[in-house]
Amino acid sequence: MSEQVPILQVKKLVKTYGDKPVLNGIDLVVEKGKVIAILGPSGCGKSTFLRCLNGLEEVQGGDILLESESLISKSTDWRNVRQRIGMVFQSYDLFPNLTVMENILLSPLKVQKRPRQEVEAQARELLERVGLADRANDYPRQLSGGQKQRIAIVRALCINPDIMLFDEVTASLDPEMVREVLDVIAQLADQGMTMLIVTHEMNFARLVADEVIFMDKGNIHEHAPAERFFSDPQTERAQQFLNILQF
Amino acid sequence: MTFDWQYMIDVLPHYKTALWLTLKLAFIGIVFAILVGLICSIIQYFKIKALSNIVQVYLEIARNTPLLIQLFFLYYGLPKVGITLSGEVCGIIGLTFLGGSYMAEVFRSGMEAVAKSQVETGKAIGLSNLQLMRYVIIPQAFSYSVPGFSANCIFLLKETSVFSGIAILELTNTTKNLMGIFYKTNEALFMLVVGYLIILLPLTIFLTWLERRVRHAEFGN
Repeated sequence: MSEQVPILQVKKLVKTYGDKPVLNGIDLVVEKGKVIAILGPSGCGKSTFLRCLNGLEEVQGGDILLESESLISKSTDWRNVRQRIGMVFQSYDLFPNLTVMENILLSPLKVQKRPRQEVEAQARELLERVGLADRANDYPRQLSGGQKQRIAIVRALCINPDIMLFDEVTASLDPEMVREVLDVIAQLADQGMTMLIVTHEMNFARLVADEVIFMDKGNIHEHAPAERFFSDPQTERAQQFLNILQF
Repeated sequence: MTFDWQYMIDVLPHYKTALWLTLKLAFIGIVFAILVGLICSIIQYFKIKALSNIVQVYLEIARNTPLLIQLFFLYYGLPKVGITLSGEVCGIIGLTFLGGSYMAEVFRSGMEAVAKSQVETGKAIGLSNLQLMRYVIIPQAFSYSVPGFSANCIFLLKETSVFSGIAILELTNTTKNLMGIFYKTNEALFMLVVGYLIILLPLTIFLTWLERRVRHAEFGN
């Protein structure tokens, strides 16, 4: 049982914008059910890294394996991959022309072609869980930022992904709304969802993550169990980073 | 100045016929223009190779030549190479040719106004390019495009007056003919103006309503 293939493996991933290197050979193994927080200063490549995993960026080298299937090939069907790797963005982009429910149902109905009844029941259950059951028929403009972000998470979950990527999902929220969104993610962690979380919320990362990777200038400087990373960072760069955050 | 009301009542049937014809040609022309515009704008938006160059050439030609000249080409030019089309068909083709380019520009700018993050989110939930267009880009792009779209509809409707140049008996041409026969210039021109207002006022009211209706979608996100 313990010899399972890791759900996601990244090998020597290289990404450049023209001559400018963004990721210099990233290696990472993600076991099923693990929560990995990706920390680092702005511009270190952590968002780009997540975007590569969802096929939103072209990569110049290395490999990404989802279970044992390589995603770095011309024939990769990203539409299928994206049903297995869900992603939520900083800018909580609900589609403003659709209601909350329509936003959530769009992909399950049109891409996955699942029966409406089943998906709707699942959507209602998820909405209930994030405390927004009564907003199903509202338009995004009627919701607060935190509510929109929770809906965006539900929308991604309703596709039943194996892995969730969170790209600074609380970065553009009012402080008061950060909590409600983080609670939802923490709930997911409890349920055993495999997640990669780019965040600046250190306390949250410490609490929720199993492992932390610390990135700077396109490299992983440190990869450690979360508790050890925060209490006893090994690299100088990580120590420096954590010190700045502590008043 | 007094109007000869009896005369106006007598020629009313001519105006009625002309008004219907104007409306019919404009409607068909605008519908085709919307289709052409939509197709061109999607080609431009996705920068589809080769096709997007052809579209660019079409846009430049259509927007930089007067409708009257386009119509002359269709109506007087094409028969020289053995293609004879009726005036009405020429009118519809001309209006589509001109209108398509205007619509394409309006739709394209609307599509480009849709936030990139919306497109990425759509991709991230697995939508295909076509689904992305259908459910995300076009509805939002349309809401951005409505003011320009409305202006185009009104503009194209008024452009039907140019059809008088190729012997189509729409409102303007009918008026010219009646003036030539009866010399009742004031009456004829008055009825012409009223004729256009009867078409354009409801259209404008409808378009204003439409604008308010679809714009609400874009607020607050």
